[in-house]
Amino acid sequence: MTSSAIAVSCLRKAYGDKVVLDGIDFDVAAGSVFSMLGPNGAGKTTTVNILTTLMAADAGTVLVAGHDVTAATATATRAVRAAIGVTGQFAAVDDLLSGRENLQMMADLKRVRSPRLVAQLLERFDLTESADKLAATYSGGMRRKLDLAMTLVGDPRIIFLDEPTTGLDPRSRRTMWGIVRELVADGTTIFLTTQYLDEADQLADRIAVLDQGRLVAHGTPDELKRRMPGTHVRLRFTDPADLDTAARILAGSTRDDQELTLRVPSDGESRSLRALLDVLDEHLLNAREFAVHTPDLDDVFLALTGRPSAEAIAK
Amino acid sequence: MSSVSTAWADSAVMLRRNIKHSMRNPVVVFNSVLFPIVMMLMFVKVFGGGFSVGEPYIDYATPGLLVMAVSSGLGATSTSVNDDMRKGIISRLQVMDVSRGAVLTGHVVVTAVRCTVACAAIVGVAFALGFDPSANALEWLGVIGLVVLLSVAAGWLTVALGLAAKTPESAGLATVPLIMLPFLSSAFVPADTMGSGVRQFAEYQPFTPVIETLRGLLAGDPSGGDAMAAVAWCVGFVVVGYVWSVASFSRRA
Repeated sequence: MTSSAIAVSCLRKAYGDKVVLDGIDFDVAAGSVFSMLGPNGAGKTTTVNILTTLMAADAGTVLVAGHDVTAATATATRAVRAAIGVTGQFAAVDDLLSGRENLQMMADLKRVRSPRLVAQLLERFDLTESADKLAATYSGGMRRKLDLAMTLVGDPRIIFLDEPTTGLDPRSRRTMWGIVRELVADGTTIFLTTQYLDEADQLADRIAVLDQGRLVAHGTPDELKRRMPGTHVRLRFTDPADLDTAARILAGSTRDDQELTLRVPSDGESRSLRALLDVLDEHLLNAREFAVHTPDLDDVFLALTGRPSAEAIAK
Repeated sequence: MSSVSTAWADSAVMLRRNIKHSMRNPVVVFNSVLFPIVMMLMFVKVFGGGFSVGEPYIDYATPGLLVMAVSSGLGATSTSVNDDMRKGIISRLQVMDVSRGAVLTGHVVVTAVRCTVACAAIVGVAFALGFDPSANALEWLGVIGLVVLLSVAAGWLTVALGLAAKTPESAGLATVPLIMLPFLSSAFVPADTMGSGVRQFAEYQPFTPVIETLRGLLAGDPSGGDAMAAVAWCVGFVVVGYVWSVASFSRRA
């Protein structure tokens, strides 16, 4: 495919005996958002490090912006670096410089001679008011915004965002999503890693699910959702007889006799929940617990790999 | 743009950054400029009267104080180099098409600038305290040249120490021997007044030929010190510091 911004095949990486990437393949179309979804330790950051020339792969080929990263020639590496922007998990800002000076430093290093650029970026990221304060005084959300603004200096064609919203409050998270959408609208390719299913769902054109160094699923958000467990209501009863009755009258439900729980598929909307409660009332049933459950990353892993994610086990 | 001019331009950007860092950190300004002046006042006004060196003490001590001014600001460099490696900013620079050495060069140059400013301040205060050198213009140039060379040498060595250290605290600590060395030299009292063992160390340690050469130049007697040994030590430090820095940098970065 000629319009690939990133093409990866059979990528492998191990640290000593520990295999981190066990032969992964994927393709990112130019101008699209590709999200790599996975729990901590799945190999997301390693993938980003290899794709961004920070780390050498053990095997496989990686083309970024048409240049072979794995060839590791100085020319290819420089060409890749000139085409990409990277925002890592930890804000890479200079604490002893102000927001404005941080951006100016990037402009100087990238030889961008646009006197308005810094002011424009400050405005776009809502940082104008704090522009002359030291970055050390910025809140977590502001640091992330400054970090991303620094990445955008020089208009990179491909931007890597490694867990850009981990640790952010919901409002800053939404701001970040808005910025990502704007970038895509301008034709930038985005490679995004995240631990949040909703983030991948909101932003990505394609999602790859990474688990212990392997891609266990790959597709559009809709394709993946079809393979995932839907939203459901979980009822817990005190009496096995009640569970029997409920399982009989609620079509499509699955029961767990040990836990005395019943899973009832539902869209989670208030009207259908009311209807469900009405049915229980009619049969004089009382559920001790009633919970609406929307699928999260753990459910995805359970559905895709048949086992919970390593983190869920740890919990 | 050729890669050499790119490297220069990148180094200039990093130097601007490091100068701002230095100016914004009061501890750095104190340690590198004010501390040597405080030490100077202590030695000249408090202890100096008790030392018999065969000439006005201020004339004897100024060359050693210049070396001390160079060494006392080094902790700031090793700490900030180490900080740079631990914070994300270095990974940002790595994925940009930025010349690899620019980060290190920026630190070395800012160290040299800071040391030279500190030395200028020492000379200024020395004059205020009655310093009366007999150096001619050429000998003054020699003094300036040697101070700058020593600063660059100490700068590379310190950058290497900062890169090798695991934490900023230990990076700061690693420069303490460099700060102590002037005391174990002929900086403040002649080496031949020292106890045996210490005396031999003082005679052969690197700062002694530098101090003696500076002393000779300032006294208008360039043959007073072993200039060749002084320059050789400095060049040696540059080479060791540079090679060690580049090796640690490519391993960590």
